[in-house]
Amino acid sequence: MTDILHERERQVYRKGAEPFQIDCEKQSAAGSVSQRACVFCGSRVVLYPIADALHVVHGPIGCASYTWDIRGARSSGPQLHRLSFSTDLQEMDVIRGGEKKLFAALCELIDAHHPKAAFVYATCIAGIIGDDVNAICKQASEAKGIPVLPVHSEGFKGTKKDGYRAACEALFQLIGTASPEGIVPTSVNILGDFNLAGEIWMIREYFERMGIQVVACITGDGRVNDIRRAHGAALNLVQCSGSMMYLAKSMKERWGTPFLRVSYFGIEDMAQALYDTARFFKDPEIMRRTQELVHQEIDKVMPQINQYRRDVQGKKAGIYVGGAFKAFSLVRALRLLDMKTVLVGSQTGSREDYDQLRELCDEGTIIVDDSNPLELAGFLQEKEVDLFIGGVKERPIAYKLGVGFCDHNHERKEALAGFAGMVNFAREVHSTVMSPVWQFTSRRRKEMAV
Amino acid sequence: MSADTSALTNMTASLNILQKPAAPPSYVSTRNACKLCAPLGASLVFRGIEGAVPFLHGSQGCATYMRRYIISHFREPMDIAASGFSESSAIFGGGENLRRGLQNVSVQYKPSMIGIATTCLCETIGEDVAAMVREYQEAQIDLPTPQLVHVSTPSYIGTHVDGFHAAVRSVVATLATPEPEPSHHVNLFPGMVSTADIRYLKEIAEDFELSSIVLPDYSETLDGPALDAYERIPAGGTPIQGIRSAAGARASIEFGRSIRQRDTAAAFLESTFGVRAHRLGLPIGINETDRFFSTLKDIADRPVPRQHEMERGRLIDSYVDGHKYVFGKRAIVYGEEDLVVGLAALLAEIGIIPVLCASGGKSGALRQAITEIAPSSPGVTEVCDDTDFMSIGEKAKLLKPDLLIGNSKGYGIARDLGIPLVRVGFPIHDRIGGQRILHLGYRGTQQLFDRIVNALLEHKQQTAEVGYSYL
Repeated sequence: MTDILHERERQVYRKGAEPFQIDCEKQSAAGSVSQRACVFCGSRVVLYPIADALHVVHGPIGCASYTWDIRGARSSGPQLHRLSFSTDLQEMDVIRGGEKKLFAALCELIDAHHPKAAFVYATCIAGIIGDDVNAICKQASEAKGIPVLPVHSEGFKGTKKDGYRAACEALFQLIGTASPEGIVPTSVNILGDFNLAGEIWMIREYFERMGIQVVACITGDGRVNDIRRAHGAALNLVQCSGSMMYLAKSMKERWGTPFLRVSYFGIEDMAQALYDTARFFKDPEIMRRTQELVHQEIDKVMPQINQYRRDVQGKKAGIYVGGAFKAFSLVRALRLLDMKTVLVGSQTGSREDYDQLRELCDEGTIIVDDSNPLELAGFLQEKEVDLFIGGVKERPIAYKLGVGFCDHNHERKEALAGFAGMVNFAREVHSTVMSPVWQFTSRRRKEMAV
Repeated sequence: MSADTSALTNMTASLNILQKPAAPPSYVSTRNACKLCAPLGASLVFRGIEGAVPFLHGSQGCATYMRRYIISHFREPMDIAASGFSESSAIFGGGENLRRGLQNVSVQYKPSMIGIATTCLCETIGEDVAAMVREYQEAQIDLPTPQLVHVSTPSYIGTHVDGFHAAVRSVVATLATPEPEPSHHVNLFPGMVSTADIRYLKEIAEDFELSSIVLPDYSETLDGPALDAYERIPAGGTPIQGIRSAAGARASIEFGRSIRQRDTAAAFLESTFGVRAHRLGLPIGINETDRFFSTLKDIADRPVPRQHEMERGRLIDSYVDGHKYVFGKRAIVYGEEDLVVGLAALLAEIGIIPVLCASGGKSGALRQAITEIAPSSPGVTEVCDDTDFMSIGEKAKLLKPDLLIGNSKGYGIARDLGIPLVRVGFPIHDRIGGQRILHLGYRGTQQLFDRIVNALLEHKQQTAEVGYSYL
């Protein structure tokens, strides 16, 4: 049985145990080796893909080093987001304050790179030494004539979710600052897709085929000027709701823009997203084109998916991801491959998310909030998982135990969204589950001996 | 073309107009850092001690970011616990978080040691971690408490390398027994080298019939076999008992020319317990490796074992075989200062000009160290410490090197220039087996030499008009 810290016992739920109860949305237990990052990480992942903005990390060097060019968020044009800029605060800066250094850094970098806007991430130290980041941003904005936006992402001021919110607040300051001229009534913003491996290009093309204009991608392949006129779109489509719901709600309040929660992952969710969008516009012609698109795409991918399914069906999967909403899609996508999810967890899910997961999952499935390596390793063994889905930090846990692994995080370079993405996903699942290397790992050797 | 490269091109163009190869402008900001922060180095050290768990006192994110960075290089689990500061801990102090964190780690991991490194956050608010650790140990007097070692690693001072050396020193200073039994072993402090390097160093010591304590030793904890049960703390690492006996050792050997004047573990053992400290450069290249072997020969009082003489001989033979392929080539070397010094030593003895030796470190000793080991370098060598990758890239455009030698993070520069990158050091995030790259000794130099020559040959072959398969 898996060891669980006493203070974490209520963050693990096994379906079947009634009544349903799970603790979540709380600070990680001290010393528990949480897989979570921090507020800064939340802000940084959300804003990272905006390719024509300058991203300056204000603080000592670590935060900038560890986030330099680590994500697979592609840009069709400028690549400024792939560079790492830091004020690299030194001991004397910590004593005397880092405001002057920040201002000088902003000026020189804006002069060198001509960004359309700049985001300034205030990390732990900036907050503690009391630098007036807002004032410096305002000053730099006036001096250089571009928006310079503070992102209050001090690592200790909450969890990753608070970082999402800080990012949304910065984005919200941009929206509405450019003319919405030329935007048609059948238009959307794509919120919460980060264009990993070019996924947003695929999604965007679907909408264009349906006759829907995409105004702003927030933030995958994002551009400052698109974001500035995002208030002109008729509808916000919100994926990764954990990170973007705050922005969607703020936009609804300020500009009246309605929103839909969608997911582009897996055939069912992808089709659902397109149909929901088509239905919103109440235009029979859009609906007809959508049906045609969905049928065409499904016909294209199903034969391949079926091929992979024959090999992987019946295998058991575990999921541990950042946001719970992604887990819903994964459970459904695995079901399409006739695979069973026996473990599912997230870093930042809410009670509603976990409740929904519980409804979606089979009896006995472990549902866990803010887990750690020891727990995850225990669950993998207890549930005899064949395939684990997670990010970089989860990968070595699976591999060490001879369990297949599929990367579903921001670092990945493989497109998994959209209809074509489902084929890639099936191929990746297949290539890990069916690899002959497991014959040498002891877990499988034992299985084969039975 | 990206916004960034077009800006660079514009800049280069305007420099050409000026008709003088002026240095690119210097920046206040750090652009694509060529360094990491201090607690990362300390975490690596703690991971290399038997039964130890690294623990960061500060925000949760620091531990997670460092874990991800280290995991992507070693491709192994790397658990780093954190006390996980909240807003109130930042205001009222993180003592309670530290206490609960240490307790939780003790319960979950059952460690024999917890290595506590500080983050910039707890350093800035002025936490007296040493006192907290003392109090914790006193309060738990009736319970089995793991050994606690604390090291101060604020990321606004120095780099991951400084954190690494500081942690080695703290471990030794905390654990070494004041009244040591004389022991025949040698303390070996290799610095931040690869798992393959550590295994090879242990093998060399064994061949000299010297018992050795290598600190840290993550050769198994960060490069272990496939398992059927998850190890809370992976097997391997420097035995704590061995570290306790460090004060009675026959001698210490410590690598790193940039740290020779610093208060390191070897310096501490020498000044406190009179353990003779041999402070050498990283043994890369024949000259530096000869110095290492000659030191071992003196300590062990026996000749260099035949198999190592043979490896040395084969290495010289290969230098001769390959010398024309490399002579006069221009290389940029970057990374940790001591690795850069070692690589410059190797390049100088095979006729490659290290046109730029660059590091994000700023020990202040880099220039001097390079002058010492490569006094007769045939070309002009520019030495840049406290620099970053964008500065290196800007200089590279002017210097027109034939190859780059360093970690994965220089790949973008190599790609822009269309020249090969020979991957060494940490991190290797874009290849498999980065942790198994051997750099040290005759054998490591052999592998580096072969890879350097072959990278140049491959580049020549790929860019040649005629695709000869016979070179």
